[in-house]
Amino acid sequence: MQANDVFFLLMGLSALAFYMGRGRSLEIAGELRGIRNLHSLPNYYGYYTALWCGLPALLLLCLWIIVDDPVIIAVVMDSLPGEVLPSNSVEHTLLANKINNLAVGVLPSAGQSEVLISAAQQLRDLTQLSRWGMAATVLCLALIGLAWGRSFVAAKFRARQRVEKVVQYALFACACLAIFTTLGIVLSVLFESLQFFKSVPVDDFVLGLEWSPQTAIRADQVGSSGSFGAVPLFVGTLLVSVVAMCIAVPVGLMSAIYLAEYANRSVRAYAKPALEILAGIPTVVYGFFAALTVAPYLRDLGESFGLSVSSESALAAGAVMGVMIIPFISSLADDVITAVPQAMRDGSLAMGATHSETVRRVVIPAALPGIVAGIMLAVSRAIGETMIVVMASGMAANLTFNPLDSVTTVTVQIVTLLTGDQEFDSPKTLAAFALGLMLFIVTLILNIVALQVVKRFREQYE
Amino acid sequence: MQKTATLDADDMADSSIKSSVKVTNANPLDITDEHVTVGSYEVNNAKMSIKNVNVYYGDKQAIFDVSVDIGKNEVIAMIGPSGCGKSTFLRALNRMNDTVDGCRVEGDIRMDGQDLYSPKLDVVELRARVGMVFQKPNPFPKSIYDNVAYGPKIHGLADTRVDLDEMVERSLRRASLWDEVKDRLYQAGTGLSGGQQQRLCIARAIAVSPEVILMDEPCSALDPIATARIEELIEELSQNFTIAIVTHSMQQAARVSQRTAYFHLGKLIEVNPTEQVFTMPEHALTESYITGRFG
Ligand SMILES: Nc1ncnc2c1ncn2[C@@H]1O[C@H](COP(=O)(O)OP(=O)(O)O)[C@@H](O)[C@H]1O
Ligand SMILES: [Mg+2]
Repeated sequence: MQANDVFFLLMGLSALAFYMGRGRSLEIAGELRGIRNLHSLPNYYGYYTALWCGLPALLLLCLWIIVDDPVIIAVVMDSLPGEVLPSNSVEHTLLANKINNLAVGVLPSAGQSEVLISAAQQLRDLTQLSRWGMAATVLCLALIGLAWGRSFVAAKFRARQRVEKVVQYALFACACLAIFTTLGIVLSVLFESLQFFKSVPVDDFVLGLEWSPQTAIRADQVGSSGSFGAVPLFVGTLLVSVVAMCIAVPVGLMSAIYLAEYANRSVRAYAKPALEILAGIPTVVYGFFAALTVAPYLRDLGESFGLSVSSESALAAGAVMGVMIIPFISSLADDVITAVPQAMRDGSLAMGATHSETVRRVVIPAALPGIVAGIMLAVSRAIGETMIVVMASGMAANLTFNPLDSVTTVTVQIVTLLTGDQEFDSPKTLAAFALGLMLFIVTLILNIVALQVVKRFREQYE
Repeated sequence: MQKTATLDADDMADSSIKSSVKVTNANPLDITDEHVTVGSYEVNNAKMSIKNVNVYYGDKQAIFDVSVDIGKNEVIAMIGPSGCGKSTFLRALNRMNDTVDGCRVEGDIRMDGQDLYSPKLDVVELRARVGMVFQKPNPFPKSIYDNVAYGPKIHGLADTRVDLDEMVERSLRRASLWDEVKDRLYQAGTGLSGGQQQRLCIARAIAVSPEVILMDEPCSALDPIATARIEELIEELSQNFTIAIVTHSMQQAARVSQRTAYFHLGKLIEVNPTEQVFTMPEHALTESYITGRFG
């Protein structure tokens, strides 16, 4: 019997428990002549019973699944004769894996030693036993819970409050899950980065001007000294983001102002969804649009002016990224502009201001903190954007502020460091974590600033 | 159509109010389509004169054939049950209804003889001449100074910073707010109390020296003490400005206004000197309203 069979059985039992708890309360209500004499509605008694039936058993099930395998392996390893047991822990793990593979049948048993084959057999038996044991205990617990929960059902019993308490804990648990996942990711990135900083000093990484992450695999390899100066990457990221924002901020803001202040209802009804469709285009599509259409066009255009534009340029990537961000900015700005109370506009119009004066002098200043916050969020999106730059801005880590040159960004380098076959402990791979950490810190700061600005915005009107 | 039998104007020269013949309806609480406004809705020295005005929101008519004059430096109060069109009527006087989608105004509204709805009229200039104060104080999220300086700036009334400072101070003084805010002119106007905010809005409105000030229930969001201050202020302002005030408080109408207009379901029922409206109203509907039979 597999864990998921047990799970579905458990769900079935809980449903049954619901009807039993509910039925019991209805019975009681019948005796008392009317549901109004119960403390809670019958459904609450049902939920209460179902929770008692399902929750403890579910917890036990999870615990069992987590503990199951390690315990069995430990038991099997313990029962091995002393002379086959290796001394160091790596070999120990390898042996355990081997037994496991034998037991599952991935590894053919032909040619293996007697000891191992019998160990595998023992493993199989124990696993089987554990499965049945799990099913039996979990379902037993569920039945006990059911009976226990149902025994509480009484006219004065406050099932409503109890159930709500449980719901509250469940919500809390979900919130914790979200927070701990993020925390887990951050910590793992942090630890790997520390690993990286053991082989490359922090200041070399943060202040170094040269990026060429090829390290020598063999001692006699040439030309692969491995230098991990992240400055070119950050400059590249900055360059592409600045180009993107130069396009996205004015266009996004203007279109938001048009939509929020000037467009009549029918234009708005079509223009707004159209803009939002832009936001729905996968970034990879923008990416090949940038690489195959915009970049060559810019190069040809540059040539006709006598400029040398690289065929993969920061300008092309930034421009397309800017277009990608337009709907993001315009929809956020549109929201804050429409949130400015009509009373502000009326006040200004009644003073004899024209519509555009009202927009410029009252509406935009009132919405400005919200707009700024939106722009900050857009910037952190631009910094984190990967697909477009991978395709359109190149791999060469040039330290340049010329948008016509090819540059590379932090995200692009993370992708190239981690794609393909990699060792997981070379500085080259670990550099990706360090870059990720830096990126995380930068966007975190931007987000905090944005949130702070938004908070100020809330205090604006009353 | 409205008809007035005017008495000899000389007899009434003091009050500058004309009187009308009393019209008696068959059933006093019924207003028919041919309803005629009773009372003295015309005056000799009219600042604004409104003739046969209808206002529509889309297909729905909100104001029916209203005619009334607003005298120079007079305070006229508009009362009536809510939804009877007081705000709509008031907003027709500075063309704020233009900003409402689907709102249409018919009829003749003149200020000093000039047709406010003529295509040649500049709305921006009109609104500088007819200021407005709203029900809920709506200072801009700017400093107190900038709130008051807003009008003079957009209309280019001040040539120098000194001029502007002077204008701001004068307006704040006239709105009797100067003493309370002179030390914090550069702090946010939204940080003031409700009553101060409303006086700030009045200061903002008078900074451009309008001729008429429209007030739409300016005290309904304020406590009694703030209300009393605004009422005092209205009294002072009436020496220089013509004021039309919508109010839901009959006591307030009685305290601040010289004439009172009673609206009912979009029709102007009665206009008379305030004292008369509250002591011996001409129309049965007015009487029912002021005695609290509906409202
Ligand atoms: N923007 C609008 N669109 C449609 N109808 C409106 C609008 N504003 C007001 N009305 C209607 O016009 C009538 C008069 O409203 P209003 O002038 O606000 O009354 P009052 O100020 O006397 O309470 C009401 O029936 C109201 O529903
Ligand atoms: Mg109103």
